[in-house]
Amino acid sequence: MKNIVVIGGGIAGMEASAFLAAKGYSVDLIEKNDTLGGRLANWDRLFPTMRRGSEVTEFLAEGVMQEAVKVHLSADIVRVERHHDTFLLVTTQGNELHCDAILLATGYDLFDARRKEEYGYGIYDNVITSADLEQIFSSGRDILTQKGKKPSRVGFVHCVGSRDEKAGHTYCSKVCCVTGVKQAIEVKQQIPDAEIFNFYMDLRMYGMHFEALYKKAQEDFNVQFVRGRLSEAAENLDGSLALKVEDTLAGRPMKINVDLLVLLVGCTPSEGTRKMASLLGLKLGFNGFFKTTDQHTMTNYSDIPGVFFAGTCIGPNTITNAITDARAAATAIDIYLSGNQLANRKMKPHEEFWLYPSH
Amino acid sequence: MNYNHFVIPFAAGALILFAILVARYAYWIVQMPRSDRRKAWTGFFRPAFFRSLWEVFRESLIHKKVFRVNAMLGWMHMSFAFGWFLLIIFGTIETKFHKHKVFNMPYDPIFLRYFEHDEKQFFFSQGFSFVMDFLLLILLAATFLAIFKRIRSRFFGMKRTTRLILGDRIALYSLWSVFPLRFLAESFTSGLHHNGGFLTGTAGIAFSSFLPLQQLELPAWWAYSSALFVFFVFLPFSRYNHIPTELFLIFLRNCGIKTSGRFSGFTEFEIYSCSRCGICIDKCQLAEVRPQQTQAVYFLQQIRRNILQPQTTFNCLQCGRCTEFCPVGIKADTLRSIKRTDYSLEYGFSYKYAEEKIPPPALPVDVGYFAGCMTHLTPSIKIAMENIMKKAGVRYHFIDRDGTVCCGRPLSLSGNERQARLLMRENKYIIRNSGIKTLVTSCPICLRVFRESYDLGIEVLHHSQYLLRLAEEGKISLKPTDAVFAYHDPCDLGRGLKIYEEPRMLIARCGELLHTQQEKNEALCCGNSLADFVTPEPRKQEMRDHTLQELLLNNPDALITACPLCKKSLTYGSNVPVKDIAELVAENQ
Repeated sequence: MKNIVVIGGGIAGMEASAFLAAKGYSVDLIEKNDTLGGRLANWDRLFPTMRRGSEVTEFLAEGVMQEAVKVHLSADIVRVERHHDTFLLVTTQGNELHCDAILLATGYDLFDARRKEEYGYGIYDNVITSADLEQIFSSGRDILTQKGKKPSRVGFVHCVGSRDEKAGHTYCSKVCCVTGVKQAIEVKQQIPDAEIFNFYMDLRMYGMHFEALYKKAQEDFNVQFVRGRLSEAAENLDGSLALKVEDTLAGRPMKINVDLLVLLVGCTPSEGTRKMASLLGLKLGFNGFFKTTDQHTMTNYSDIPGVFFAGTCIGPNTITNAITDARAAATAIDIYLSGNQLANRKMKPHEEFWLYPSH
Repeated sequence: MNYNHFVIPFAAGALILFAILVARYAYWIVQMPRSDRRKAWTGFFRPAFFRSLWEVFRESLIHKKVFRVNAMLGWMHMSFAFGWFLLIIFGTIETKFHKHKVFNMPYDPIFLRYFEHDEKQFFFSQGFSFVMDFLLLILLAATFLAIFKRIRSRFFGMKRTTRLILGDRIALYSLWSVFPLRFLAESFTSGLHHNGGFLTGTAGIAFSSFLPLQQLELPAWWAYSSALFVFFVFLPFSRYNHIPTELFLIFLRNCGIKTSGRFSGFTEFEIYSCSRCGICIDKCQLAEVRPQQTQAVYFLQQIRRNILQPQTTFNCLQCGRCTEFCPVGIKADTLRSIKRTDYSLEYGFSYKYAEEKIPPPALPVDVGYFAGCMTHLTPSIKIAMENIMKKAGVRYHFIDRDGTVCCGRPLSLSGNERQARLLMRENKYIIRNSGIKTLVTSCPICLRVFRESYDLGIEVLHHSQYLLRLAEEGKISLKPTDAVFAYHDPCDLGRGLKIYEEPRMLIARCGELLHTQQEKNEALCCGNSLADFVTPEPRKQEMRDHTLQELLLNNPDALITACPLCKKSLTYGSNVPVKDIAELVAENQ
């Protein structure tokens, strides 16, 4: 029986493990945290359905359990050796795992909002990130300002650390726009008389039903959408925040006070991605995510035969697409290990960097 | 009188050179503002004159600043300049002894060996032959080094050398040929007359054994004279124009004339003093990330050839490293910012907000704090400053608490001098109106324009200077820790305003300060300069990463800087915390 090691026990890692095990492979799933579920474990409800994230985690865990995937929790890879077609991976616990294929599902990290100092995260008490807000939702606590007051005005800032050349992330994180719409609705549901403002560059409602959610936010929840990027936030004496924004549709600068400011932080390449890239000698793309063999046709393939990708380690993605991608990666690995000719197809190499200014 | 037709090329070349230079310099002097001209005339009777002579010796002959860049490079420049200078001096004295006359034809020293063969007639004539041969040897070695430098510039500490234009090339090749041709001509004559020094004499004997020297002697002298002709005629149109022009520049500068807000006769002297040595190319961080020919040497070359592109004018960090390392001391960064006003672009922005701004009421306090736009975008700095002053019990006036009127420097840097003046006028009014006696700012960009263009008549300090004063007066006490820090010198604060020590002294009170490879006046730019309008962001980040690499080489616990813009730039690429000096002080207070 052939062995496969899956690195990363988030959405993609879990689903791919289950599918591979179901295909008859022996699968080891390595997760650095003490639970499976990845970043989904910290998320309360999901767009656009408003279903709890835990329901999806449970569904994925059922697959992992049912197919008897060997799960290694609180484990990390410290060493990788490559012998012809096989690999030897050594974990922090000292386990030596021999395998025929590796699936990297190292996911993403959240942009550290402290780096955009002008928004005041970590400096002003009432500036939080979208991830912090999810934690408040999950805990069932009330949404309150630092001084325990119910906020009467809440601002959401889109694209924090995304599409931001200065921050070094030129790409779109895909999920924050709709997360902002979802969270605005949730805040409004909890505090019906609060005024909610979303400050955006563009709203990218590309997924199925996203546009409907956006429409609902405006029509049923009276969320205000202001097209313009926040330039700076300053703290007033009472702890509220004075925002400077330009309303680019009205063409005028705008000053507005809010009691709570939520920063919709984007996705960045994960620490695990960087680590595995250096252990395996894999190339990273311009944006720091894994570089796939081909942008169109071989997104699950790395430049090393036997090493595959799944999920957000190749770029930001939704839960829906991460699950689809995991199953695609499982199929790709199965085709590769069974020696099928399909695995030997090649594409002419493409140059990713032509898109970016070099001189 | 000694004469042969071959002296004609030399004499004609020298005359042409002289005529061109006189005409040019006269024109530039006329173009200088009257006040500058007066400074120059009176300079002859002031110590400035002797200071200039000393500087000419140090820089034009010895090339001390070039030695600082690289010893080999310095040696090459010194051998050419000082060697040739001594050759002329000794040659002239030798001629005077020879002919027992004080005045000779100007070409006599140049062609002396051809005309005078009997050397035993006067005092120390042997000694002169030796010295002249020795100097010739030094110059031949310098020629060899110059040719070798074109092939292997790294040997001279230079990664890149200047791309030469046609005039430069012709002058260069003629210069390369001058001393070897002199050597051949003198050796041939020595070979025929069995005299000469250790070099030309020996070579003459050797040549006479296998060459028909009778036939070769005259052509060799012709060739030598012609090489000088070509060099002289091309000199005013090539990089070597710096040789005479630099002397004037040094004198004018010592008379107190400065590069001011516009182009004048003085800036012409500056522009034509560039020797295109190319030292500024390696020192320019843009050269590391982009192939564009935008460095000071190319900028000045484009002005001289009247082909200046706006692209070149705006593709510059204004970090001042080129000026810092320029052996001639040309203020290339200032020249570039003056040139930008030629392209002043009206974007149709309104700066009405500045006029509408209601100045905060005057308070009976002496200290005013001006955060500046960038500090408002890095709020930890202003919070730290407020906390420190509160703790120290300082009563202060936060002048731009409710929003800043821009100091004007960003607009100045983009060439929009008129709009910049508008903002400066409003800001000056606001600051004057506040009644303060000491203005403290956290932004070196604001600080520089306050000091250089505002004429506020009050003390203007960077917060690092002010915090050090508070510490020295005992108003704040700093707790030393075991932490290790590296310090990044912001360009406007360091090279711009020469404030190097105050932040370092504050850091030393809070922990250990590490040295970095290039620091103080040699410090690298963070890459995020407001002044560059051409370089794309990823290339700026490449420069930033290079700077960070150097700063973090010795693994400091934190990186300290003293400029909100540098802090912002470095934060995005650093894996250790980046803090402003005010934050460090606030934490250790």
